Amino acid sequence: MSLRLEPRDHASVGLKLTVSLAAGVIALLLVAIPVVAAGGTPLEAYWLMLQGAFGSMFALSETLNRATPLILTGLAAAVAFRAKLWNIGAEGQLYIGALAAVCVGSGLLQLPPALMIPTVMIAGFLAGGLMMVIPTIIKQRFGADEVVITLLLNFVVILFIQMLVEGVLKDPLSMGWPQSVPLIAEAKLPKLVPRLRMHWGLITGLVAALILWLMVRKTVLGFEIRAVGENKAAARFAGIPVDVTMLKVALISGGLAGLAGVGEVAGVKGYLSSDLSPGFGYSGIVVAMLAGLSPVGTVIAAVFVAAVFVGADSMSRATGISSYIADLVVALSLLCVLVGSFFLRFRVIFERRQVGA
Amino acid sequence: MTDAPVLLSLRNITKRFGALTANDAISLDLHRGEILALLGENGAGKTTLMNILFGHYVQDEGDVRVLADDGALATLPPGSPGAALKAGIGMVHQHFTLAENLSGLANIRLGTEPLLSFGRESAARAKVKKIITESGLDVDLDRRVADLTVGEKQRIEILKALYRDAKVLILDEPTAVLTPQEAEGLFVVLRRLATNGLGVIFISHKLGEVLAVSHRILVLRAGKKAGELVTAQADRRAIADLMVGKAVAEVVRIPALPGETLMEFDDVSLHGAGRQALSGVNLKLRAGEIVGLAGVSGNGQSGIAALISGLAVPSSGTLRLYGEAVTKASPRDLVTSGVARMPEDRQHDGVVGTMSVADNIAIEEVRSPAFSKMGLLDRKAMRERATAAISGYDVRCPGPDAEARLLSGGNVQKLILARVLEREPRVILANQPTRGLDVGAQAEVHRRILAARDRGAAVLVISEDLDELFALADRFVVVHAGELSDAGSSESLDRGTIGLMMAGQARPPVGIAS
Repeated sequence: MSLRLEPRDHASVGLKLTVSLAAGVIALLLVAIPVVAAGGTPLEAYWLMLQGAFGSMFALSETLNRATPLILTGLAAAVAFRAKLWNIGAEGQLYIGALAAVCVGSGLLQLPPALMIPTVMIAGFLAGGLMMVIPTIIKQRFGADEVVITLLLNFVVILFIQMLVEGVLKDPLSMGWPQSVPLIAEAKLPKLVPRLRMHWGLITGLVAALILWLMVRKTVLGFEIRAVGENKAAARFAGIPVDVTMLKVALISGGLAGLAGVGEVAGVKGYLSSDLSPGFGYSGIVVAMLAGLSPVGTVIAAVFVAAVFVGADSMSRATGISSYIADLVVALSLLCVLVGSFFLRFRVIFERRQVGA
Repeated sequence: MTDAPVLLSLRNITKRFGALTANDAISLDLHRGEILALLGENGAGKTTLMNILFGHYVQDEGDVRVLADDGALATLPPGSPGAALKAGIGMVHQHFTLAENLSGLANIRLGTEPLLSFGRESAARAKVKKIITESGLDVDLDRRVADLTVGEKQRIEILKALYRDAKVLILDEPTAVLTPQEAEGLFVVLRRLATNGLGVIFISHKLGEVLAVSHRILVLRAGKKAGELVTAQADRRAIADLMVGKAVAEVVRIPALPGETLMEFDDVSLHGAGRQALSGVNLKLRAGEIVGLAGVSGNGQSGIAALISGLAVPSSGTLRLYGEAVTKASPRDLVTSGVARMPEDRQHDGVVGTMSVADNIAIEEVRSPAFSKMGLLDRKAMRERATAAISGYDVRCPGPDAEARLLSGGNVQKLILARVLEREPRVILANQPTRGLDVGAQAEVHRRILAARDRGAAVLVISEDLDELFALADRFVVVHAGELSDAGSSESLDRGTIGLMMAGQARPPVGIAS
C-alpha cells in the first residue's frame, strides 16, 4: 500500500462541514483520555461543561461576557492574517485601547453617555490601531519582522501599564491596589440584562463582525486587502498600493483589539489594572484560526472557546477535575481543525503498489 | 532509424483528473539513437505524459516499458521516480535543479553516492571527462554553478543525467533560455548523443527547432495523439495544423506608420538591482510601432519592464510619458494614464489565483467609477465586464466567478489581454506575451497586439522567441549586460545579427557580411 496526496481544486460545503464536525468529535474523544486519567467519566464531564456554559441565564451571560473580548481579538487576528500581516500583538493593543479609554473616560471629558461612549470607543480603537500601525511601518521601512515586534511589544505594554497603575494613574481610593482611577458613569457600557455581566461590548463585537464581513465582500478596501493578502506581487503589479493597504489593515486589526480593551474596562471592570486580560489577545489568534479567518466564523469560535473555559470552571467545581482541561479542549480542537484543513486542501489516496518487474 | 531497438515504450497511457482526460490511450516508442520531438498545445497532455513516465503521477491505464539489461522490455513500476532514474531515464527540467553554491562536478555527483565517499572524486571526474569527450558537452567542472552561464548550467544538467547512465534523455523546453547560437550548439550535442545511442525526447513549442533537430515528431492534442510524422517529410504548416486541429490563420503584418513618441527612456539607469540593472538606456516608443526587445534573459529586460510597469524608478535619467517626466509614477498612475502592461510571469504577477476571473479583470480599475461607487464594489458591472471579456477574448473558464488559478496559462494570458486592451491603451508593454502558449493562442495574442498597434498604440514586445519578435516587431533593440543598442528596422535584420548582438557584439556595419 502506498499513500499519495493530490491537491483539491475545490472543497465543497458538505465536506467542510463534515471535516469541522469530525474535528470536534475527535477533539472530544482525545480529551476523554485525561478526563478518565483524572478519575472522571467523560460523558458526565462534558455534560457538566455544557450545563456550566449554557445551562442557565447566568451561565449564558458568563459565556457571552467571556466571548466578547475574544470576538474582537479574534477579528483583529482574522483581518490581519488574511492580509498576511502577522499581528501577534493583540494583547498589547488591548491594553493600550483600555488605557486610552481610561485616559479619555475618567473625567477628562464630561459628555452625556450617547457621546461619551462613542468617544471612549474611538479613542480605544485609534490607540490600539496605532500600536499595530507602528510595527507595520517599521516592517515596511526596515524589513523588521512584525511577529517579533508585536510579540515583544506585548510585554513592553503590560509593564508600561503596570508602571502607570502603580504611579500616575493609581486610584487614591483603591486601598493600595494597583488599579487606575475608575471610569465615570457616563463612559461605562450599559448591561444588556439587569444584574448579569453581559454588556454592550458584545453588540460592538457582533457589529464589527458584520462590518468586516460586508467589507471583505462589498467594498473596494476589502477587495484590495484580499488581493494584497492572496498575492502581493500581482496586487502591486495591478496598481494596488500595497503598503497603504497594509497600514489600513494594521489600523483595523489593532483597533479591534483596542476595542476589546475598551469593552473590558468600560463594560466589566470599570478601571484599568495589569491583570485586565487573561491572554485574550493570544486566545484571539486561536479563535481566528478555529474560524478559518472568517468574520462570522470568528463569532462562533469565540463563543465556543468562551464556553469551554466557563464550562470547564463549572465542571471542575462539581467533579474536582482540574479546569486546565479547558486548555486541552481548546488546544486539541485547534490541532484537529488544522489537521482537518489539510484534508480540505488535499485528497488522500491509498493505492496498492504494483510490484516492479 | 526504426530498425534500432526500442529503448522506451509507452503503451496506451490513460490518465484522468476527475472529468478531464489528460492522456487518452497514448502510445509511443522511442528507439535507440533517435530524437523524438513532443509537440502540443498547452494542456495537450505533454507534461502529464512526462510526469507519468518519470513516476510523478500514476496512470489509470497502460504501462511504461524500458529496455532492460537483458534486452527485453521491462515494465516500470508506476509512481516511482526512483525506478525511472534507475531504469536510465534522465530529465532536464526547464527550470534547472542545481545547487548554485556547489561546483559543477559536485552537482553531477550529488545524490548518486553515500554521504561518506572518500576518494571517489577522481573516479567520478574520470567518468564525467569521458562523457564530455564523447558528447562535446564542454564545461568547466570546478567552477561554482552560480558563476556559470545559463547554457553551461544546462550542460551540467545534461551531464548529470548522462552520469547516471541515462539511456533516455528528456528535455523540457531546453532552448527557452538560450541565444540562437547556444541553441545551435545544443542541437549539435544532441545529434552527437543520439549517434552514440542515446534516445532523446525533446519537448518544445518552437516549430523551427523541432524541424531542425528531431528525427520524428509526435503531436499531442487535447490528451490524444494527433499525429506522428517523420521530420524529413514534414513542414511547418502541417505540424501547426495538427497541433490545433484546424488551419491556423497566418498573422499578417502591414508595415508600420510610426507617429509621435509616446514613451521615452532618456539616459535611464537602474543601479543595484542585480538582474534588473540598466545603464544609460535610450529608447523611444512611437505611436503605431512595435519595438522588439531581444536579449538573453537576465540582461536587463526585467529592469525595462519594471520601469514601464511602475515597479521601479530610474536611479538616474528620465522616463517620459507623452512628453512629461513620469520618473516617480506608481503602477496605478501608469495604468490610469493609458499604459497597458502584460507581466512576464503571468501566473505570479498577473493574477490573484484565489480571486475570481471577474475580480482579476477589474483589479487594475477597481477604484474607477466603472467598478465602484463611494468605496462599494459594483459587482454587477464587474460581472458584466467579465462576461463580455470571456466571450470577446475566448477565455476558457467555467464563468466569471471561477477562481483564476483554475485557468490554464493561455487563458490567463487572454484574461490579462482582456483586462489591459479593453481600455484602448496608448502604450503597451508585452513581456513574453506568448511564452508557454499554444500556436492557436499565440496567433490570437499576436493579432491583438498588431490590432492595437494599427489603432495607434506604441508597443514594446520583450521576448526570448526570435520568431515571435520577427513576426511582430517593426524595429529591434537588443539588450546585453544592461546596455541597450538599436538594431534598426526589422527588414534589414536577420537572426544571426541579432544573435551576435545578444551575445554582446556590436552590430556589424551594414554591407559587410557577418
